[in-house]
Amino acid sequence: MEILAILPEISLVVFAAILIIIDLRLPKGRKELLAYITFAGLALIFVLAILFSRPADGGDPAIWFGMLRHDLLGFTFRLVFLAGAALTSLLAVEWDSISKRGEFYILLVFSTLGMNLMASAGNLVMLFLAIETASIPLYAMAGSMKEDDKSTEAGFKYLLFGAMTSAVMLYGFSLMYGFSGTANIYALAEAFTSVPSTPLFASLVLVLVGFGFKISMFPLQFWAPDVYEGAPTPVTGFLSTASKAAGFAVLARVLLAVFPLADWQIILAVLSAVTMTLGNLVALWQKNIKRMLAYSSIAHAGYILMALAAGTEFGVNSMLYYIITYLLTNLAAFGFVIVYYHQAGSDEIESYAGMSRRNAWLAFGMLFTFLSLGGIPPLGGFFAKVLVFSAAIDAGLVWLAVIGVLNAVIGLYYYLNVLKVVYLKRQPGDEIPMRINPVHGIVLVVCVIGVVLMGTLMAPWFRLTAEAARSIF
Amino acid sequence: MSIQDFPIISVIVFLPAAVGLLLMLVPKDRDKLAYNIALAAGLVTFLLSIVVYVSFDQPLAISVNERLASGELLPASEIYQFYDEFDWLPALGISFKVGVDGMSTPLVLLTGLVMFTGVIISQRIEERKREFFVFLFILASGVFGVFVSLDMFALFFFYEIAVFPMYLLIAIWGWKQTREYAAMKLTLYLVIGSVVALVGALAMFFAAGGTTFDMVTLERANFPRDFQILWFPFVFIGFAILGGIFPFHNWSPDGHVAAPTAVSMFHAGVLMKLGAFAALRIGIMLLPEGAKFHLPWMILLTLVNVVYGAYIAMVQTDFKYVIGFSSVSHMGLVVMGFATLNHDGMVGAGVQMVSHGVMTALFFAVVGMIYDQVHTRQLDELGGMVKYVPHVTLAFIVGGLVSMGMPGFSGFIAEFPIFMGVWGEKPFWNGPVFPEWLNFLNGDNNWIAIVAAVSIVITAAYIIRLIRKVFFGEFPKQFEGHMHDVNPSEKLALGLLVLVLVGIGIFPSVIVPMVETGVERVLILLGGM
Repeated sequence: MEILAILPEISLVVFAAILIIIDLRLPKGRKELLAYITFAGLALIFVLAILFSRPADGGDPAIWFGMLRHDLLGFTFRLVFLAGAALTSLLAVEWDSISKRGEFYILLVFSTLGMNLMASAGNLVMLFLAIETASIPLYAMAGSMKEDDKSTEAGFKYLLFGAMTSAVMLYGFSLMYGFSGTANIYALAEAFTSVPSTPLFASLVLVLVGFGFKISMFPLQFWAPDVYEGAPTPVTGFLSTASKAAGFAVLARVLLAVFPLADWQIILAVLSAVTMTLGNLVALWQKNIKRMLAYSSIAHAGYILMALAAGTEFGVNSMLYYIITYLLTNLAAFGFVIVYYHQAGSDEIESYAGMSRRNAWLAFGMLFTFLSLGGIPPLGGFFAKVLVFSAAIDAGLVWLAVIGVLNAVIGLYYYLNVLKVVYLKRQPGDEIPMRINPVHGIVLVVCVIGVVLMGTLMAPWFRLTAEAARSIF
Repeated sequence: MSIQDFPIISVIVFLPAAVGLLLMLVPKDRDKLAYNIALAAGLVTFLLSIVVYVSFDQPLAISVNERLASGELLPASEIYQFYDEFDWLPALGISFKVGVDGMSTPLVLLTGLVMFTGVIISQRIEERKREFFVFLFILASGVFGVFVSLDMFALFFFYEIAVFPMYLLIAIWGWKQTREYAAMKLTLYLVIGSVVALVGALAMFFAAGGTTFDMVTLERANFPRDFQILWFPFVFIGFAILGGIFPFHNWSPDGHVAAPTAVSMFHAGVLMKLGAFAALRIGIMLLPEGAKFHLPWMILLTLVNVVYGAYIAMVQTDFKYVIGFSSVSHMGLVVMGFATLNHDGMVGAGVQMVSHGVMTALFFAVVGMIYDQVHTRQLDELGGMVKYVPHVTLAFIVGGLVSMGMPGFSGFIAEFPIFMGVWGEKPFWNGPVFPEWLNFLNGDNNWIAIVAAVSIVITAAYIIRLIRKVFFGEFPKQFEGHMHDVNPSEKLALGLLVLVLVGIGIFPSVIVPMVETGVERVLILLGGM
């Protein structure tokens, strides 16, 4: 059933329309309900997707005239986006400039729609439309604190960079179409066999520019710290997780389906090494936690690229496992930033002094989250890192794995520095207990438990990611 | 149902972490309650580890070794006792397998003992007692896990769990002057070591076909010699960093000194053994050809450890730094024993791990007892403590005698075989490695044993100096009224530690035959050397 395959996307469109109506009908004082409504809607769509849109084994993945691919990889990514968006809507509660505005939630839903289509696009035209559908709402969301200069700057910067890289990518798409005469991603590889390698390579590079921007890969990472810092923190969380995951979804699909491994493996490997090293080294100097997490997310993009550079089924599997872990961990990390910002009104790392005395559980959760980012067991980050390093070693990229593990140590250093402030430093007033919005508390508990489960009971998750990876090989 | 069927090892591994999480639920201001829970959990774990030790079946272990020597390919469930497993991630061949052999059983007991005594010693901690025990217990679970893991992934998993709580334990509760620096230094050194070893381990996993992390299977993977020679240094040095091998020992004295008492005990007493143990399990046992190729030169590194560590200890003016550097020296002997790759050396190393663990835990406990009362560790400012803490003095002297390798104490039982293992006509290396004018070094290894034995003299010198400066002589006037005798529970803790040191010294048969069964299996893997 081709309709059922895109049921989540149809529901998202319908839900966005419903949200507009609800937003208009809600009295001014009750706007905070929007967050819960958005969460409920996205959660419902998540469940619907699981129930009805799981691709059947052996079915033809090309649907809607090859515009979309209905495979397990796309399916898994769609669940990841829906979950990320749902948790983000709850994290936005209480954030003054966005939580009471219907536009924010509508943009969130539309962006999720675009990401869903990105993950399953099977045609270059569809892919481009999907990327723009996902990106344009994000530009607006990043700049949604109109009174705040940094947020405006973030939105504008993101827009300019995004538009430019999109244009470059589109040029790459047109080259691909021009040389092959087809826009179907899965027919391109065959058509390319008769194309000389120079234009092929040129289109590869151009396409990498567009995708690299989404995942903040070197040398297209410049926007990330400013945008992450300036955007409202819930948006930053969404940007650094779901949006980045969407970038990896298309990167994996297009590279593996269209270009021969030999062409891009070494490029991706080198870019991975540079991306993670640069991200980690610059993160060392950051004083603002959002900027630090921005650089850390650049570094994580490097680790994920490592798995993709392996170019194997196991590599894609590891990549997917890493992305899911990373989504939960980073959402939790930004969740803690949000919770603490409501309390302290600052994102400077210094301001976290004495936090562990104010709320031991919050500090404990933050400990788990940051150690997971640093790759310490029994948390998901450890196993995910082991997987991506394994993928690299398996593919013969031992040098890359060595660079990767050394980077992991650098990463651990700055994560520990945050924890040091949380646990060790004092400041006046750090005996006052902290109030946490229960909704935020629930999101954090869910994320942290998820992170622990991904690091201890790996089998069910691994089965899912392994099947998803198999579906595109 | 016999005792061997009860999943006692799994309980030992998970109990501390579970209690640790439970402690989070204790209200913030109920420190006494937190301490009592911790004490009970420590006692239970200690008793369970005694049960494991006592019911370890030596005749069975010997017969298993004989069957292995005759070429039988026994599964891990028959080689190791108290075996327990469940599938963790079958798709990658990861399973949670635990069991003990003659090498790890004494270490489990050691960990139980240090954990229990460490909790007792921690009663003086005033700040955030509850969280202290939470992290200490997570650490303990990690340590137990490494000693009993039979799956390479599980071993790494627990290894890292054992490393990271150290950071917080030192950084929060440590000595104010150096704690942040020392904690970070320690963590980074150890994590670099473990990730480098991890790369080697993953390389082994894929070279063996990428289907299992089971160490017994990997032992039989017959890795090509070139492969073993390439990866052995990664794995061995990676782990040996935690064992304090020269030139990567620098984190250890700083870490010991900055750590709070119980953490120093844990750290020097147990954690450093973790490094040596993992280097044996994953380095030597899985890559025996690599070990034969590389260890002859690495033994020289350990020689530096032994002698240089002892020298540095002698010139320290801080009580705790003396002990810290003495650990570097004694751990050098452990790795040296393993590096001989022969029966005597490895048995000595196995016993030395326990002997040094208990001894150094005792030392750090004593340092803590004195420092907590007079708030200085400068040797020049201390003196005459025997007047106030006679029992502590006695315990320290016993530890000192062990440290010097005096017959009748465990240090002798441990160190003597190590020197025997090093002493021998056949040089470790093939062909001359030293230039002509040093030709006398090429002939045999005896000079290594002689140089290493010099460390005993140096050790005697600094230990006697310590005893004289701290416990005898005149009691400094400014401490009048500050110094009191320790309470009975602390005496009990010291008594337990002394009991083990003297017990092993007088009845070596309580431990040596057990360690021999473990060593025997390593020798079989090395090809019956």
